[in-house]
Amino acid sequence: MRLIEEKWTPLVDEVSRSPLGSLHGLKRGRGKGKRSSIMIATHMDAIGLIVTTVVDGLLKVDQVGGVDPRILPGTPVLVHGKRDLEGVVVMPPAFTLPEAEREQAISLGHLLVDVGLPPARTAQLVRVGDLVSFDTRPVELAGETISGHSLDNRASVGALTVCLEALQHRSHVWDVWAVATVQEEVTFAGGATSAFALHPDLAIVIDVTFAKGPAADGWETFGLGKGPTLGWGPNLHPFLYRRLEELAKALEIPVSMDPSTDSSGTEASAVQLAREGIPTMLIGIPLRYMHTAVEVIAIKDMQRAGRLLAEFIFGLDADFAATVTWEERDAV
Amino acid sequence: MPSRTPALGLAQIGLLRRLCSAVAPSGGEGPVRDIVLAELKGRADDTRVDALGNVLVTAAGRGPKRLRVMLDAHMDEVGFMIVADDSDGIYQFRNIGGIDSRNLPGKQIVVGKDNTPGVIGAKPIHLSKSQELKQPIGTDKLRVDLGPGGKAKVGDRGTFSANFRRSGPSLMSKALDNRLGVATLIELIKAAPFRVDLLAAFTVQEEIGLRGARVAANYFLPDLAIIIDATPARDLPMQREGENTTYNSRLGFGPAIYLSHPAAIDDPRLVQFLVRTAEREKIPFQFRQPGGGSNDAGAVRRAATGVPVVSVSVPHRYTHSAMSVSRIEDWANTMKLLHAALSSMPSDILRRQIDLQA
Repeated sequence: MRLIEEKWTPLVDEVSRSPLGSLHGLKRGRGKGKRSSIMIATHMDAIGLIVTTVVDGLLKVDQVGGVDPRILPGTPVLVHGKRDLEGVVVMPPAFTLPEAEREQAISLGHLLVDVGLPPARTAQLVRVGDLVSFDTRPVELAGETISGHSLDNRASVGALTVCLEALQHRSHVWDVWAVATVQEEVTFAGGATSAFALHPDLAIVIDVTFAKGPAADGWETFGLGKGPTLGWGPNLHPFLYRRLEELAKALEIPVSMDPSTDSSGTEASAVQLAREGIPTMLIGIPLRYMHTAVEVIAIKDMQRAGRLLAEFIFGLDADFAATVTWEERDAV
Repeated sequence: MPSRTPALGLAQIGLLRRLCSAVAPSGGEGPVRDIVLAELKGRADDTRVDALGNVLVTAAGRGPKRLRVMLDAHMDEVGFMIVADDSDGIYQFRNIGGIDSRNLPGKQIVVGKDNTPGVIGAKPIHLSKSQELKQPIGTDKLRVDLGPGGKAKVGDRGTFSANFRRSGPSLMSKALDNRLGVATLIELIKAAPFRVDLLAAFTVQEEIGLRGARVAANYFLPDLAIIIDATPARDLPMQREGENTTYNSRLGFGPAIYLSHPAAIDDPRLVQFLVRTAEREKIPFQFRQPGGGSNDAGAVRRAATGVPVVSVSVPHRYTHSAMSVSRIEDWANTMKLLHAALSSMPSDILRRQIDLQA
């Protein structure tokens, strides 16, 4: 949050925080009178763990957001106790576990976090309810990709920042709300409440989507570095879909359709239902190994998403909002 | 004479950090060997690298009737080898040494001579069926991902990425097994001469069957040997009924002196000498519980006509995982005990009758 605020403050006209802690940056348009506004929402929270018990100096944990326990053993973490403690998620020796789990995947309830302290000291510094975050260092991989934890959804915060930077160089008519939301991974509370508070005429959510990779190559996956995705389905506005698709084509930005038969599984779901309903679109950034400490994105996809957004904003004229009508055939 | 106990300060922790960060799965111990050779340059009477890549160092002692005492610390660590190229930066691999594949998904790794960074990922939880989530992901299902276009060659070795950290009284890192032993042995050589001839073997291929130690012992033909390794501490709370009575060793209880394990019975004369030394010097120690697991002692004791051995290990939790945990004071006390033992070892130690009741 502080990092995003520092980065955005010089790029927008004002910055505020919502009661739940979402960050709202307003970049005013040059339109006269009452201007239309667009909200660009990117959640800034990440999945993690939460301390449920302290036993013999070791911590038992539960998930915050969806975590596959199988990716956890050996993962460096920070335990946000009375001070930040460096630790590691560990797989306990087999003989200490119930018979059923010795050779199987170990359930989250049986994994432990070791902070390297004697029991008495751990008990002083860590309390039930303390949050635990991944602590892998980001690393650049081949093909201009980056790997690390929480790229879901900092990659999208990055794309929005790219957009805000582009907005410095050309004028735009609409007001732009750059929003970094809280609690997407649990309940979409941030997206829902910011959409209510800002009451924008349009909203675009940027979130990560599944990239093709080992063990993931189905229809719901998209090439890493092959461009952002445009969400399609009942949760997303077909008019905006068409507009963005045409724009991407004109800009020679490769995009793919990310279809969903029902709600998109992102906070676009909550944003669309705010107030009397908000025309909402979703831009996706393909990411490998979602919800692990070694997520991978292509930097180019993040930049492309940011550029597409900025160009979309430049193209919004004073009357645009009135032309947005739900016509499925527009997008087929 | 005798020399001072090697201190355990920032310099030693820095050395351990460099050793732990080096990439040296069995058969590719070069990066650790280079550090050992550089640290010991000009420090010993003889230093050589043998046919398998063991570093064999002789530091002659002072005084009459000196025993030839071999100190062994293996340099290699567990890791993996690239076995097939799936194209576009994705590679199949197989483990080197005993890694439980449940330690692999979601880890940062490095591969090859240039330590090319990569990851071992996992299918997103969102795309995994609930039945799948209950099964461990086998190594054959996992892939090394170096990023699109990332290059490795079949045969390249790799392991977990460097992740050394100090957290309060503890050290956390990959490869504490056995860079703790390597660092200890380097410091002991720097503290030489002792009352014995110190024959230091930094061995290869321990993790795949104690292979380097066998030829090292055949080269030195020592009177006796001390194996310095890192032993598992399984002192974790029970998450089922019962008490943890098979912890092997425990963090914070000092160096673990072995009594017996499947690959070796430790020589009672040497065990008793170490115990008496620890008691005299007021150095905390623990007995490593007899039972499973083995180390280079298994190879050394059967070398040539037989070598009396004893093992002394630094306890560490989470063996052969991406990150193990040890206590700094256990390491310091291991160093102290070994230094005191080498400084006071009588030349007739193997001729003495021992009282097993004592």
